[in-house]
Amino acid sequence: MIPASFDYVRPTSVDEAVQALVEGGDDAKLLAGGQSFIPVLRLRMGDPSLVVDLGGIPELRGVREEGDQIVVGAMTTHHEVTRDDLLAQHVALIQEATKTVADPQVRHRGTLGGALAHADPAGDLAAPTLALDAELVVVGQNGERRVPAAEFFEDYFTTAIGPGEILTAIRFPKYTGWGARYEKFNRVAQAWSIVAVAATVKVEGGSITDARIGLTNMAGTPVRARGVETALVGQTMSEETVRAAAQAAAEGTSPTSDADAGSDYREHLARVLTGRAVLAAAG
Amino acid sequence: MARIRTTVDGLVYEDDVEPRMLLVQYLRERLGKTGTVIGCDTSNCGACTVHLDGLSVKSCSVLAVQANGSEVLTVEGLERDGQLHPVQQAFHDNHALQCGYCTPGMIMQSIDLLGDNPDPSEHEVREGIEGNLCRCTGYQNIVRAVQDAAQKMKPGAHASTSSSAAQPVAGGGA
Ligand SMILES: Cc1cc2nc3c(=O)[nH]c(=O)nc-3n(C[C@H](O)[C@H](O)[C@H](O)COP(=O)(O)OP(=O)(O)OC[C@H]3O[C@@H](n4cnc5c(N)ncnc54)[C@H](O)[C@@H]3O)c2cc1C
Ligand code: FES
Ligand code: FES
Repeated sequence: MIPASFDYVRPTSVDEAVQALVEGGDDAKLLAGGQSFIPVLRLRMGDPSLVVDLGGIPELRGVREEGDQIVVGAMTTHHEVTRDDLLAQHVALIQEATKTVADPQVRHRGTLGGALAHADPAGDLAAPTLALDAELVVVGQNGERRVPAAEFFEDYFTTAIGPGEILTAIRFPKYTGWGARYEKFNRVAQAWSIVAVAATVKVEGGSITDARIGLTNMAGTPVRARGVETALVGQTMSEETVRAAAQAAAEGTSPTSDADAGSDYREHLARVLTGRAVLAAAG
Repeated sequence: MARIRTTVDGLVYEDDVEPRMLLVQYLRERLGKTGTVIGCDTSNCGACTVHLDGLSVKSCSVLAVQANGSEVLTVEGLERDGQLHPVQQAFHDNHALQCGYCTPGMIMQSIDLLGDNPDPSEHEVREGIEGNLCRCTGYQNIVRAVQDAAQKMKPGAHASTSSSAAQPVAGGGA
């Protein structure tokens, strides 16, 4: 199907984009890579009067180092994320997760900011963003605010981005030298996660000295597996200790039951995949 | 209406389009380039794959206005001087199509893949074309064709298909 009519603007700065969004009111929507938004328009599940295209704003693109953080512009594509050297060195987990998103064509267009703003519970980039304790930079008429990932994801498809606001960047602390693995469970090519686990761990002298674990699709928002993190730290690395710690993975989750999996099966997957992810990250 | 200027298969076009017009519609309905087809409503099938500024995209999931100022390559722009592109030729040679509906997208995505990874394993080919669905499920020969093309495209492997006319005449360079 073809989208319903809308007006279109392509601002060249964040200030102009905020202005356009505010003037457009409730019916104005942002367009990033369009890989979720254009299908929504085509299915006529959305009917905006104004589309504000973020594609012409150079300041929203690219990856840079700022002190002890790596800053990723919201419009940086999945493709660019998977090939970035700074991310490979300091934030490997987001790169591992991004490699599993969709297919090459979608990764050429889709953006990190778009995926996080969309906040699909089955989306693969929210859990690593949460696990990595990233900060999300949101800009509106009153300037900029930084939202911790733990406060950013509020519910199914709902984030802390307010009306008239734009997500401009994602700031990751550095995890230099940490191992990382995104363990995704799905059935067919280019499919969304039934459950997935984002794990990054620091191993020193055969022991796990630090761990961060986030779960995809185990609730309306990504979930941090704090119980597993705590159980892992200080342990000598072995398959046995990791699998034992992973038993806590489903604590505090509230997974849905749908055609792909029942909630009890999702809990089982969370435990198994957490074990696999941590072992691979540490290996 | 928005005015757009694009280069499609080597020619420059300028047109007024509605912002809601999809790139695939623009290619098919305005430019008559019906070689690029539409296979779904959900951005899943990849039949509509073209290259936008050198990267493969699903042209049903890009607005024509977003292609303003860009270069688009469709399956219709692959042939050179009556010679099929090596990937087109390999699809032909390996019977990599049944109904042929997925073929334009498969070929465009395979070319993107080989640009990135000139010698992919079978697994890498399957991952590289995971955004393209073949309803006839003829994946076996498609994968074979891509690997065959990779061999033929290796430097020096098909000297006869790259026309010497494109090269400067020996001694002619200043
Ligand atoms: C076939 C297919 C398979 C897919 N598979 C997966 C998968 O396996 N895993 C996965 O994680 N994703 C998957 N996706 C989704 C993909 O990751 C999208 O790229 C992503 O969800 C949206 O990013 P985008 O840049 O395309 O955003 P858009 O589609 O342009 O926007 C999405 C939403 O976010 C809003 N938005 C965008 N940018 C901003 C911003 N900077 N500030 C505020 N709001 C903003 C838009 O208004 C819109 O509501 C798939 C998509 C397709 C088509
Ligand atoms: S028509 Fe574009 S992906 Fe199916
Ligand atoms: S050959 Fe028929 S869809 Fe692929």
